[in-house]
Amino acid sequence: MADLILTRRDALAGMGATFLLLTAFPIRSFAADADTAEAIKAQFGDAVAQDGKVTLKLPALAETGNSVAITCTVDSPMTDTDRVARVVIFANRNPRPLIATMLFGPKAGQSVFSTNMRLSGTQDVIAIAEMADKSLWKATTRVKVTVGACDTLQSRY
Amino acid sequence: MPNTRIKVPETATAGDIVEIRAVIQHPMENGFNVTSAGVIIPVEIITDFVCEYDGGEVFRVKLEPGLSANPYFSFFLKATKTGPVDFHWLDQNGTKTDASVTLMVT
Repeated sequence: MADLILTRRDALAGMGATFLLLTAFPIRSFAADADTAEAIKAQFGDAVAQDGKVTLKLPALAETGNSVAITCTVDSPMTDTDRVARVVIFANRNPRPLIATMLFGPKAGQSVFSTNMRLSGTQDVIAIAEMADKSLWKATTRVKVTVGACDTLQSRY
Repeated sequence: MPNTRIKVPETATAGDIVEIRAVIQHPMENGFNVTSAGVIIPVEIITDFVCEYDGGEVFRVKLEPGLSANPYFSFFLKATKTGPVDFHWLDQNGTKTDASVTLMVT
């Protein structure tokens, strides 16, 4: 049975191996700018969004990333021809940059919505609106997050 | 069947733009949480939400794990005639949850 006893030397070797493994293959808990660009391209192709028309209301400082209130307003009369088709929200440092796609139907009264999103850390939130004429408009807002939504939960237990 | 809570004004004048709020109880597991035993909880989310009124869509959302638990949406509807406002949620396993509220238009 002597070979089952964990010696101090074994423990240290194990810790060292774990450390080396983690350094060699780090667990990616955030996205790079390239990932965000790829997520945007998957939604809108090569079309370029201009700044303007979209207003994002987010807290400048969020104490927890688990639930961050977001209100998005798009400047549009919402008539039958001149209206917002969809709004897509991205967070450029989340593990998955795509947050949600909102589609406005024919019975929508205003191009405004609110929801709650997760943020893994301090980052930019991007909203891109596609109008009925296929033109793209965007807004970017920086949110400081004290405690992120994903990475911190793992170390809680 | 998860709990839902919906806020629709009881009455409206034709042509009014009214705010609708809807929330559903759901953990929206994002695949990054672990149990106390260290096992990763797989992604389990609601994927679609839609609000319908007077034979047309008001607001539709394609949800991703980046939305918070108990997903909440607030949006605006143009009141045209008295009728039900229907809400449908669909989760990734195909479970549907429905709710309906009648809007009186005068």
